[in-house]
Formats: sequence, structure tokens, C-alpha cells
Amino acid sequence: MEKNLAIEMVGITKAFGTKVVANKNVSMDLREGEILSLLGENGSGKTTLMNMIAGIYTPDSGKIYVRGEEVVIKSPIDAYSHHIGMIHQHFKLVDLFTAADNVILGEKFDNVEKNEGRADNGAARFGRRIAFEWLRRNRVRELQKIVDQYGFGIDLKRKIYDMSVSEKQTVEIIKALYRGADILILDEPTAVLTPQEIDKLFAVLRKMRDEGKSIIIITHKLNEVMAISDRVAVLRKGEHIATVDTATTNEKELTDMMVGQKMDLNIEREMPQNPKPRLFINDMTVVNKEGRTMVDGVSFEINGGEILGIAGISGNGQKELLEGIAGLQPMAKGEVIFHNPKENKPVTFFHNDLKQIKAKAEAGMFHYPDGQRVVLKGMRDKDIVELVNKEQILYYEDEIINLKDRTPREIQELGIKLSFVPEDRLNMGLVGNMSIVDNMMLRSYRKGKSIFVNRKRPKQLADEIIQDLEVVTPSDMTPVRRLSGGNVQKVLVGREIASSPKVLMAAYPVRGLDINSSYTIYNLLNAQKKKNVAVLFVGEDLDVLMALCDRILVLCGGKVSGIVDARNITKEEIGLLMTKVPDDVQKYDYDNAKEGESND
Amino acid sequence: MTILVSMIQQAIHFGAVFLYGSTGETIVEKSGHLNLGMPGIMCLGGVGGCLGAYWAFQGGWSTFWVVLLAVIMAMAFGGLGGLLYGLFTITLRCNQNVTGLTLTTFGAGVLGFWGTQMGDKGITFAPASRMFWTPVDSTANWFSQIFLSHGPLVYLAIAIAIVVAVYMNHTRKGLALRAVGENPAAADAAGINVIAHKYVSCVLGAAIAGIGGAFYLLDCTQGSLEYVIDAMGWLAVALVIFSLWRPGIGIFGAFIFGFLYRLPYNITGVALAEKELLKVIPYAVTALVLIIISFFNKRETQPPAALGLPYFREDR
Repeated sequence: MEKNLAIEMVGITKAFGTKVVANKNVSMDLREGEILSLLGENGSGKTTLMNMIAGIYTPDSGKIYVRGEEVVIKSPIDAYSHHIGMIHQHFKLVDLFTAADNVILGEKFDNVEKNEGRADNGAARFGRRIAFEWLRRNRVRELQKIVDQYGFGIDLKRKIYDMSVSEKQTVEIIKALYRGADILILDEPTAVLTPQEIDKLFAVLRKMRDEGKSIIIITHKLNEVMAISDRVAVLRKGEHIATVDTATTNEKELTDMMVGQKMDLNIEREMPQNPKPRLFINDMTVVNKEGRTMVDGVSFEINGGEILGIAGISGNGQKELLEGIAGLQPMAKGEVIFHNPKENKPVTFFHNDLKQIKAKAEAGMFHYPDGQRVVLKGMRDKDIVELVNKEQILYYEDEIINLKDRTPREIQELGIKLSFVPEDRLNMGLVGNMSIVDNMMLRSYRKGKSIFVNRKRPKQLADEIIQDLEVVTPSDMTPVRRLSGGNVQKVLVGREIASSPKVLMAAYPVRGLDINSSYTIYNLLNAQKKKNVAVLFVGEDLDVLMALCDRILVLCGGKVSGIVDARNITKEEIGLLMTKVPDDVQKYDYDNAKEGESND
Repeated sequence: MTILVSMIQQAIHFGAVFLYGSTGETIVEKSGHLNLGMPGIMCLGGVGGCLGAYWAFQGGWSTFWVVLLAVIMAMAFGGLGGLLYGLFTITLRCNQNVTGLTLTTFGAGVLGFWGTQMGDKGITFAPASRMFWTPVDSTANWFSQIFLSHGPLVYLAIAIAIVVAVYMNHTRKGLALRAVGENPAAADAAGINVIAHKYVSCVLGAAIAGIGGAFYLLDCTQGSLEYVIDAMGWLAVALVIFSLWRPGIGIFGAFIFGFLYRLPYNITGVALAEKELLKVIPYAVTALVLIIISFFNKRETQPPAALGLPYFREDR
């Protein structure tokens, strides 16, 4: 028997400005009592489409039917009057309020009974409009009923700013339920959750479906689509491709529909060529502002020409570890030793002044092209400068630099680049109100002697990134704030890679990106690896870590619980390491691997 | 002893001006709008209040009606200023600081222009202002001197501040208003009419501040237009910060400000130049409060998070 339709959309079109068409003639439907996945790449118009049902945007053309009736949804109030609730990707919560206050915020006070038998003229209506409506704090008890009904397990009296991401999401869901929503839209609810939290969320969603609620879940993770949904609707470049029953499809078919072209799901990976240690981290301990030890005595090394993955449940010290290396967080203990790959390369005045070069020559760090040791004693400064400029003075071996006393800027100039994609992409690394070109300039504005900025090079770089990484943007002068999340990320990662780093730390570079963009990023990282760059990749998806990296370092509670060979490890083994530090921590590197082989 | 009683009496008297201004500004700021036009709006309110009082007095109305008409006119003039500010900052999304500062210049100019015109015509407000204040009876006991010797508008100021404080913290609309100032996108998604809330609070806040201007001219200066209201307006804005955006604390803050403001006039044996220097004290105290609260770094003592930011729903 055909189920009733909860929502039907016919011919929806929405454009931003004249260039970007977010949705083109989309027609799709949601049945009552089902979970529908809305699948699509970044920028395929999933969120825009849903925002039109939730009253955030209004469609340029097209019709929306809710339970068979044509409706115009002009605002979130309208949406709620049709029992539609949306949980946005960026939570719409007031940080300063308690969870309960957030839930009851804006709710229409139902005065029907109280007003029965009273005058209903204009003055009385105006009076009711301006009347004080007391907040009844005991409402918390009514809310608690909803919390208990679905087993949310949350204290509604806590302030939002004290809550974790998953708790905030729970508050949003409670808010929608409290307002009587029976059509729920969730915008990428799993992007910021741990696997356990995702399981919990899915359990709640299934329970709500069984009670007759209709749910749309926006996602681009195929395994989640298969796990949770009854049907899948696929969007591509703003157009609705198809809606299929989950039971009769598979991940491959969905991928084909989503990307429109067949794509190689394997990430290329080569053995590291002649890995040489680039960065030694010795006994690093980082204590955060609240006095919690976030990184606890971590020691490892990264080699040039390899990708070292960092796995761990989010919040187990990944961020602090990277910031410690980049000099952004002070280390309580330990040191970072950087081996600047300088062997047989000429010394320059870029990092050294004359005095430093003299001192280094005194220590015997340089040789002439013919192999003879450089002795600068007794030479005139002018001659030394000339020798250096003619690239006649070469390093004997890699320059060893202790990063402990260096400023973040010096560390950056040494070629240790951090590309950190935080949960809120625009807060770190990019300035939202500045154009792509100007954001490129953030890295290079110190170069040159003129007091005026030169936009030529940054503009070139911006155009290259836009072209190579397929950034969707009206122009290179568009403020970064106006780009979609994935495109913002491409700009950020692209800029860091363009500065030809020696160590590249990429944290969550593919977070929230679609498959195509993710592969672009993987290829970029692989290209860096080939250039003998030491790449540090912090990722969430274990499959990706295992397919992309050479070695994986697993963090647990700020401690290293193991460094494993990414080629010979199972997901379960890593999962185990993520949850507890073993008594005997194994540290894999290429040397002991060879020994192990010879022992067999 | 008598000096102390007199100083406290004056503190409450002048504090009421600050209280009107800061209560009004608090309402505006809670909606996410920083109205630096408060001094100008108080000037406009002063104009309206004086006109209202003058007309009613000339018409031979009783004290109650004179005061009422003055208050209504002050609110209307102040409210118009607020509406103008709202039109620019809410609908046209102009820069709030620039709009506010312009409004201050505008309001002060209107008061100066109008005051000169009145002076030329020989119209004085001193007789009408007799309806607003009574001379302090220095033979009465200290309690009635401090608390019972004031004109009606002082008590109105306290009543308004209390009502606003209760409104903010214990009513549904107050919750909605605070949400608008903290996170307009969240308020919007919750079904609150953000634009309407912003307009209502901009107009209402300006109307309340307008009473302050009228009160100052008709009560504190006893109908003289010689004194500058602007300074009172700036102190009112400072008082909002001092009171940590809480109208309840604002009542006591206003009296402290009033005390500090009157301090130079009550100190004898100090040169004129040094008296001028002493007038800086309220500002210095505000700076001190800012420094102290920055030590605690509590979210609850911070300004509304969306203060000064324009809101446009379809902004991405």
C-alpha cells in the first residue's frame, strides 16, 4: 500500500545572485514514517533545498505540498506550524541560555483556554500581544518527559556553552520534538560525532520513525545512508537525480549517481622513497588552559617522504599535538627537533645572518663543492657574502634545529606548515570577509620591501588553486565567507601546500568534503610525499587513514598507544588502540620492519 | 551629617537621569544594537518633554496632567529618534556606531536650535518645571529628605527599571529579546520575529531614554536649557557597561554614578580646574569595572554576543 506523502516538492528552483544556481527544478517527496537520506556532494544544493522547507530561504519558483496541501513557507514559524523542524549543521542555539530555555524559546504561548469567553476585538488582541507572559521554570519537568521518552540522558538545566557537540545536537532534537515537529530534517548530523554517538543518534532516529515521524537526513557518508535510511534521494549539482529504495541499491550505484562519473575508489600509495627522519618529537607534554594534560609524554618521529596518519577519537590530543609542533601551544615538557634537509645544499641568507654563518662554519657545518671544509676565519666579510651568494658554501649534513625556543612565525618560515581544518572552518586560518586573493596574501604579505601590497602573485596563486582544486566561486575576489564549506577547505589546504613546505600537518583536511574533493586533497598530499615532504595527516575516517598513510600513530588520552604499519593492520586493531593504551606500546618504523622480516 | 544626607539626596536625584538613559540603552543593546545616539535621543526627549509641559501648563492643566503630557511627548520624541536609528541600522543595515554618533550630533543640534528659538521668543520653562520638583525641606528627617523629597519622575525611573529587569529575566518575551541579542539566527530559527523585536526595543529604549532628557531639563536644571544633556547621555551608555547589562544592577549603579557626578560640586576648597578633573571619576569607575570583570571571564558578564552586528537571514 502506498504510504501518504509527508512532503512533496515540485519544480523547486533557487538561485543566489545570477551565477550560482543552488537548486534547479527539483521534484522529490518524503513519505510519512520513513527515513529518507538526502545524498549529494558538497555544493550539490542539499542544505539549500532543505532550508526552503524549513523557511530559511524561499524558493524562486516551484511548489511545496505538505500532507497534500500546497503551502508557502516564509519563515521558521510557518515551518513549525506545518510541524516541520530542522536541525541545522551549525546549531541555532543561544550559548548563554540553559538547554531548557533554548527549547522553550520562541514557542507560542497557548492561551486558547485562558482566553475563551473573553473579548476578541482589536484592542483585546493587542493587549494579549503586549501582555507579559511569565516564564514557567517548572516547564523543565514537562521537557524532562520528552527526554526520558527517547532516552536522551541530558540535564536540561545546563548552559549550552558547557555542552559537547553531541549534547548540543540533542538539545536541537528535543527542541524540534517539543514543538510538535513530526517531519524532522537533520543537516549532516553525524559530521561532528564519534562512532558511539552516531550509533546513539541512529537508535533515537529509528525510535522516532517507529512512532510515525518522517525524517530527512542529509549526509554524504554512504555507509550511514545504507545503515539508517529507507529510501535515498540523490542530488547532483542542484538537480535531483533519483530516489531509490535503500534495500535495492548498493554503495557503488549510489556513488555513481552522486558523482555522475565512474571513479577510482582506490587511493594511490607508493612505498616511501628513502625515508629520512625529518622531525623528532621527544616526550612532548602539553597542558591546556584549564590545566588538563592533553598531550602526555608523546615521542615519535616523522620521516620525509612519508605520510604519517594520526588516529584517535576526537579530543584525544590531536589538536594540541599539532599546535605544540607548530609552536602555537607552549610545551610543558619535551622538545621538537627539526632536521632541516640541507645536506649538500648551499647556505643562504634566508635563515642565517653573517654572524650565524661564521659561527656555523666555526663548528664545521659547511664544505666547499669540492668537499673541502670551509674555514672562514681571517676572510673579509665581503668575500664571505660573495661566496654565499655564489652558492659555494654547502652544508655537510642536515641542519638540526630545536624548535622549542622558536616563535610560531620562525617555525613556519622553516617550512613547517600547519593546515588545520577546525569544526568551524572559518575561525582558524582564513578571514571570512576577505577575498580568496587576500587570504592568499595572509601568508606572503611580509615578503618584499615596498610598503604597498602586491596582489599579482597572490592573485596568480588564487587562480591556480581555483582551477586545480575546482573551487566553485563566482570570482577570486569573492569573500571566503560566501563559499560553501568544501570550497573553503580547498582554499585553505591549497594555500598551505602552495608554500612548498618541508613538513605539512593537515588536520581533518577532508572533513565535510565530498568524495571528489576528498580525492583531490589525497592526491595533493601524495604529491607532497613524492616531493620528500613529511606529511602528518590527522583523519577521522579509518578507511582513509589505512588507504592513504604509510604509518599510523594512534593517540588515546593524549598518549601514544601505538605506531602501526598502515599496510598490515585491521580496522579492529586500530579501534582497540584508540580506546586503550596497551601495556606494551609497539612503535613501527621501517628499520624494525626489516629486522622483523629477516627474523622470520 | 547634613552634607551627607544632601549628597545622597542629590545622588538619587541625578542618578535618575542616568537610570532612564541606561535602562533605555540596555533594552536596545539586548536586541543586539549599540545605540551611541543616546545623548542625542535624550536631547530630543528633552525638547518633547519641555514642549509637552509648556503646552499643558499654559492650558492650565493640573500637575498630574502636565507631568503625563511631558512624559508622553518625551517618549514620542525619543521614540522617533529610536525609529530613525532602527530604520538605518535594522532595515538598511548601516553601521551602528556611525548612525548612533550622527544621531547624537543631530539631537544636540535640534536641542540647541530649538532652545535658541525659545530664548528669542522669550519662552521660559521654569514655571512649568515647578510641577516636577519640590524644594528639599531641610528641616525634615534624613529619611524623608533622601527618599521622599523627589519629583514623580524619579520614582517612575526606578519603577521602569524594575519592570524592565523583571521583563528581561522572567517573561517569555524577555527571553526572546535576549536571544535576539545573543544569537539572532538561533532566535529566527526558533520562530521569533527578529526584526520586530529589534524595532520594538530600539523605539522603546529610545522612548525611555527620552523621558530621561525631559526629566533632566524640567527637574534637575529646573527648566533651564543652559546645560548640556550630551554628557549625561554618554554617562548613561557607560552605566550600561557598569551594570553588566542588567537593569536591576543599573538602579544602584545609577545612584553611584549620580553620587560621583555630584561629588565635585559638593567638595569645597578645591580649585575649579580640579573640580573639572573630578568629573572623570564615573568614567574611570566604569573602566575599573571592565578590568575587574575581565578577570572573572564569565560568559554571563559579557555584552550580548551579537551586539553591533547586522542581521540578514539569507546571509551565508
